[in-house]
Amino acid sequence: MADFKFDLVSPERRLAEMDATEVQIPGADGDMTAMADHAPTITTLRPGILAVTHAGGVEEYIVSGGFAEISPTGVSVLAEKAIPKAEITAEQMQKLVDEAHAAHQSAAELGQGVDEADMIRNAMVDVAGLVGA
Amino acid sequence: MANLKVLKNRIASVKSTRKITKAMQMVAAAKLRRAQEAAEMSRPYTERFNAVMAGLASAAGGEGAPRLLAGTGSDNVHLLVVMTAERGLCGGFNGNIAKNAKAHAAELVAAGKTVKIITVGKKGRDAIKRDLESHFIGHVDLTEVKRVGYENAQDIARDVLARFDGEEFDVATIFYAKFVNVVTQIPTAQQIIPFKAPEGAEDEDGTLYDYEPSEEAILADLLPRAVATQIFAALLENGASEQGARMSAMDNATRNAGEMIDKLTIQYNRSRQAVITNELIEIISGAEAL
Repeated sequence: MADFKFDLVSPERRLAEMDATEVQIPGADGDMTAMADHAPTITTLRPGILAVTHAGGVEEYIVSGGFAEISPTGVSVLAEKAIPKAEITAEQMQKLVDEAHAAHQSAAELGQGVDEADMIRNAMVDVAGLVGA
Repeated sequence: MANLKVLKNRIASVKSTRKITKAMQMVAAAKLRRAQEAAEMSRPYTERFNAVMAGLASAAGGEGAPRLLAGTGSDNVHLLVVMTAERGLCGGFNGNIAKNAKAHAAELVAAGKTVKIITVGKKGRDAIKRDLESHFIGHVDLTEVKRVGYENAQDIARDVLARFDGEEFDVATIFYAKFVNVVTQIPTAQQIIPFKAPEGAEDEDGTLYDYEPSEEAILADLLPRAVATQIFAALLENGASEQGARMSAMDNATRNAGEMIDKLTIQYNRSRQAVITNELIEIISGAEAL
């Protein structure tokens, strides 16, 4: 399988840069898997688990939102917050969930973007379930 | 004799001042390195983000574009976000940003626009409040923040966006200093609402992307993030500029203190010699009189 470039950046630092064979992306409209020679696509992310398969195994990251840019030669994921799944602590996860709840609450009060906040909150709760926090 | 004592005290005090400015310079140098690293680390994100935004904005501009991109249709009310340091003693850094913002505000007022100002950083607030009190509408306090993070930028962006949704203004511009090197920081004004792609952020290959869910949905999601990203980039630039400015200001101060010590020491030695000569003359003339 052909390798292609994968990088994961957050506003504060570059978290990962490697050659990958397959990247599973939690897209806003559903999960998608990108491999080499994928059609150029830009998708927004929902909170979820980003799984990168490379020669040495699989790396998983918890991402909280942002977007991914897929081109035939690589995938760049621009996440607002991203934490390697192995490193995340229960408190960090809880904090992310709490933030999603708070965002949903304030959206409900404003009556603006409620559906979106609801979607994000549910996705975040799902992630928490998967991580087992 | 009194004169000698005064001089001696003066020298001692200038010497301790030099020690302080020297220490501040070294602290600023260390902080500058960290600030530059932080700015370096955020660059991949900002660059990718701006490239994607530039592509999207040119693809989705025109009819029915979101207000954050197309504007409100008027430009009567301007919001200026003036970002400065929390602390002084950094040369012209705070003054230059405030001066740039004030000139901008004066121009807008002369053109008959309404100007509203939010400040980030205590020093900017003080400078703006002195002259433009009536335009001042808010302040973001970062005194407690040791290291500027993306959350801080998000908080500021949220505040700005809430005001935009509340139709408090039409155009938002941020003011900060771009870091070039230790001696040069350029006060910069950058429009963030309506979105304007920073120069040099053109999509290099012009690839046609598929957008999922849709161009409009992505744009609606990314535009608010673009505001935060630009504010974050500006905060980091500002952080590096502040430390750079402080470093060169303190370097100058240290050098000046050194020169002053030299001058005072010569003066001190001269006065001491004069006292000795005087005493000798008194003794000799006393001896001759006998």
